[in-house]
Amino acid sequence: MLTAEPIIDIAGVRKAFGKTTALDGLSMQVAEGQVSALLGANGAGKTTLIRILATLLAPDAGRVTVAGLDVVRRPVAVRRVIGLAGQHAAVDQTLTGRENLVMVARLYRLPAAQARQRSAEVLERLSLTEAADRPVRTYSGGMRRRLDVGASLVGQPRILLLDEPSTGLDPAARLELWSFLRGLVAQGTTILLTTQQLEEADHLAGAIAIIDHGTLVTEGTPEQLKAGLGYETIEVALADPARLPQAAHALEPLAEGALETSELAATISFRAPRGARALPAAVRLLDGAGIAVEDAAARRPSLDDVFISVLGRAAAGTAEARPA
Amino acid sequence: MSTSAIPWTDRLPATALLTDTVVITRRNLTRTRRTPQMAVAAVTSPVLFLVLMRLVFAGAIHVPGMTYTDYLVPAMLIQNVVFGGLQSATGLALDVNAGMMDRFRSLPTPALAPLTGRSLSDLALQLLAAALAVAAGLAVGFRFHAGVLSCLLGAGLLILISLSLFWLFATLAISTKNPETIQSTTPVFFLFLFVSNAFIPVATLPRWLQGFAAGQPVSIFDSALRALTQGPGAAPALGHSTTYLVVAAVAWCAGIAVVFAAITLRLYRRM
Repeated sequence: MLTAEPIIDIAGVRKAFGKTTALDGLSMQVAEGQVSALLGANGAGKTTLIRILATLLAPDAGRVTVAGLDVVRRPVAVRRVIGLAGQHAAVDQTLTGRENLVMVARLYRLPAAQARQRSAEVLERLSLTEAADRPVRTYSGGMRRRLDVGASLVGQPRILLLDEPSTGLDPAARLELWSFLRGLVAQGTTILLTTQQLEEADHLAGAIAIIDHGTLVTEGTPEQLKAGLGYETIEVALADPARLPQAAHALEPLAEGALETSELAATISFRAPRGARALPAAVRLLDGAGIAVEDAAARRPSLDDVFISVLGRAAAGTAEARPA
Repeated sequence: MSTSAIPWTDRLPATALLTDTVVITRRNLTRTRRTPQMAVAAVTSPVLFLVLMRLVFAGAIHVPGMTYTDYLVPAMLIQNVVFGGLQSATGLALDVNAGMMDRFRSLPTPALAPLTGRSLSDLALQLLAAALAVAAGLAVGFRFHAGVLSCLLGAGLLILISLSLFWLFATLAISTKNPETIQSTTPVFFLFLFVSNAFIPVATLPRWLQGFAAGQPVSIFDSALRALTQGPGAAPALGHSTTYLVVAAVAWCAGIAVVFAAITLRLYRRM
């Protein structure tokens, strides 16, 4: 899938904490210039991987390079090109937004004057100029997270590592964060984020890697993953719920697996192989049987469907899957 | 083996530790200024302790060759360093829990800087507390009986003790990462502070305790600071020459700093 050198290259990485294996020979690559999402249930190894990429943790085995730099042998060089945020790197609540950014800029080795200038620029980009000189603890959740995620921009990192960046945000703040992240990518930053929200991965990511028990289960673009399931879901709404049994009988030959009917909504849904042109066929069949169709639609699989088919219903349940 | 030069990206400038220590120190002091409750309590408690101890014990405890106030004030300054160290440990643990340590560790800054920065910012608070305690001491009868140079050496020793003990508290913070656990170790420090010559001459203790009480570092620090602030007149009460006590105190400092800085850095890198 990758045309250029991957900006992150992970090969056979193992990491155990006592008897618990967090990463079990994980190998994957991340392409430059887009958002890549690491998707997995709690305990799948996402955070451990981010911590290894951020040089906070050394792998037990395997090789990891970031921008071509080995994270174990060249941690200082790696830290110059990454920015870490999210669940695991914070901003200081008692400092102002500006003070936080200047501090981070200084620790990125910028001279004082340049640190102040860069901080002012980043505050502008974060739309925090007005709140810049207020203590962070007075910020709203969305503002605080934006500062948190954006703090490392003062160091102009090539790669942003974000560990569950939207955890705890309300829907409006989450949308705001997404558009901010998309803006960053448009300006050339590569983002690797972990998430438990399928919706987030679907909205943001150009590439998705699903990991489970410390290994890569599947990867690809959201479209590839959905297409890989090889089916679409057909949903038909009838004018008269009384005719549901009859309609179900008529549609049976098209369905792959069982049909689901809902008396309340007067709908029938079923899976059909992709490319089988099941939607026009369904409408024709019902017409032929003299059953009035109110509405009909073919729905491509969602990432939820991918997640469930890859990890099984139990795992998908613990991932707090939200309908897309 | 090739001996090719290390690329610049892998190196931090020689001044990095210094400049980043200043950055972190200032951040910590700004925090203290904005949330002064804890610092105010920490800075004023030695004064309170000193005045209470003086009121309660001065009439009861006789120290040969010294007034009780002169005996007590140096010990209060050492106690202040120990309590200050517990605050440093709590501050570090809070930074770990809040994710600040991860932030620092993911940046191209020396691993030591967040620790040395904490050490310096808390030293500043301890010195402020010490100045207030000495002022209060002067008001209730404390006097410097040694020369200016000797007293300055005393101040230098106090700073050295604070910077050395810091590493013990940093080890505590990085190994527990938990402010509550750190608070729960307070009795251990009380043991060292009370089973010592801080409040009473060791000779008044039960015989089996005397060896430990006289030899443990808190007593050595107390005696060295008494010797430096009270001059040769205090030697009979202290039982050793000033030189002996100062050398012993510096040796304890060096030992504690080396051992616990090594443990702290090891834990910190693997955190």
